[in-house]
Amino acid sequence: MAAMSQMAAPITATDPAGGAARVFDAKAVRADFPILANESHGKPLAFLDSAASAQKPRAVIDAVRHCYEQEYANVHRGVYELSAKTTEAFEESRRKVARFLNAASEREIVFTRGATEAINLVAASYGAAFLSEGDEIVLSTLEHHSNIVPWQLLRERTGAVLRVVPINDRGEFDLAAYAELLGPRTKLVAVTHASNALGTFTPVDEIIRLAHERDVPVLLDGCQAVPHLPVDVAALDVDFYVFSGHKLYGPSGIGALYAKLAHLEAMPPWQGGGDMIKTVSFEKAIYADPPTKFEAGTPNIAGSIGFGAAVDYVSAFDRAALVAHEDALLDYTLNRLADVEGLRLIGEAQNRASIVSFVMDGVHSHDVGTILDEAGVAVRVGHHCAQPVMNYFGITGTVRASFGIYSAQADADALVEGLAQVKRIFG
Amino acid sequence: MSELRELYQEVILDHGRSPRNFARPTDANRDCDGFNPLCGDKVHVYLTVKDGLVEDVGFEGAGCAISMASASMMTEILKGKMEAEVKTLFDRFHDLVMGDAEITDADLDDPDLERLVVLVGVREFPMRVKCATLAWHTMTAALDGNEEEVRSE
Repeated sequence: MAAMSQMAAPITATDPAGGAARVFDAKAVRADFPILANESHGKPLAFLDSAASAQKPRAVIDAVRHCYEQEYANVHRGVYELSAKTTEAFEESRRKVARFLNAASEREIVFTRGATEAINLVAASYGAAFLSEGDEIVLSTLEHHSNIVPWQLLRERTGAVLRVVPINDRGEFDLAAYAELLGPRTKLVAVTHASNALGTFTPVDEIIRLAHERDVPVLLDGCQAVPHLPVDVAALDVDFYVFSGHKLYGPSGIGALYAKLAHLEAMPPWQGGGDMIKTVSFEKAIYADPPTKFEAGTPNIAGSIGFGAAVDYVSAFDRAALVAHEDALLDYTLNRLADVEGLRLIGEAQNRASIVSFVMDGVHSHDVGTILDEAGVAVRVGHHCAQPVMNYFGITGTVRASFGIYSAQADADALVEGLAQVKRIFG
Repeated sequence: MSELRELYQEVILDHGRSPRNFARPTDANRDCDGFNPLCGDKVHVYLTVKDGLVEDVGFEGAGCAISMASASMMTEILKGKMEAEVKTLFDRFHDLVMGDAEITDADLDDPDLERLVVLVGVREFPMRVKCATLAWHTMTAALDGNEEEVRSE
């Protein structure tokens, strides 16, 4: 069902201290997340909304707390010890993110508010500088609104044209149609690595290979992919890769843009302010080098440090074990849902992240969500900021269950129990 | 589960499944679109108003059981009322649903409000209150002659 479960021999990971990988023990991992000990409506919390935002392990909470309690001052500014320590922790987080993605250098990592801001940055800077009227940007039907609207804004500024790769009835990216869409006016491909609404992994190797054959750069939205499987930007040879910290068990309000250094050097700044300059007079400003050139103003200091801690947390494990855990849970859930009468899966991609979307015959997804909530089950309902996907399937929304590192079969069981209650109420 | 059962009572499920007045009255002279961006639910409310009298009400749209039932019951209740009565009723219903007022004996003596009490259970589910009020806000905008789409925000 899920291709990654057939992954070959486990990759030997090392923890940040250079030791052996932490053995994946589902129970111990769950205990790392304090919020999961809580109840919801008097029931054990079955949190199945990690694709919207994941819960935080103690290590991340402690890192943020440590920053504010022990090592907090503004970064890149003070000459005093506290500022130096904070700057070091902040820049160490950048190095962690660079290693996590296998970037060539931490200079290729720009901190942003999240994936949304990272895409807006590329659109406003790269897009405005290098795209003009009639140039084409290739997106796919699977995109989250955050990988649609920034390009529409760019279209308004430049007259660029958006071309959309269709999907099939299983919710899979149509590679043949994509190859057809690439043409002499294609200047950028911006597609998701994994669909937030359906879980579908896109064929990123082929997408990038075909684009690069025409010297077209590729941006991947990695929000849903990064928490699920190891991503190697060097092996992918991707030009831009964006993801959010909060979906990777880190704080909200922090994310990263990876971009090849040559792109970052060629791109103009997109916001002006302190920190992104070398010198300023009223006649002109000399901009700082990347990545600082793209980080105007005081950044999310504690968030960045928590982000680094989240990267450490995930990296400590053998990533293949995490993939296997989530894929097994996905298979278990799909098997259990197959027995639920009146349930129709939306999106049945062969290769997918641990996300399940479905609708119930005759029951609106919001009603399902309210009844599940009373059963202690937290799911996302609605269009998931991916209305083109909903339109393709002729629906206004789905119920979406998504899994994380801490998810367990008991969560899936609670979901199925809750759906039985939906049937009892709606008949 | 008692609050849940109170919300999803048979009358709501019935109106949700088989909404009444689910069409545009042929002589409708006021209408408005309503939209809930959170869930994508849409409702279009039509009114036939003559000399301050709501002669006919209808609606079209798609949404959850709560929003469909609320719209359906609204159309049944408003038919034959004067505009001023409609507004008074909506104000009271709005206060009850929002939790700004408690249900009184006077409410229960009012045959219209007494019918709407089933929808007041939604106040226990703050994320769903807008589902119950969308059609009503849209209806009010139609009465006032507003042409802009109503958004439940």
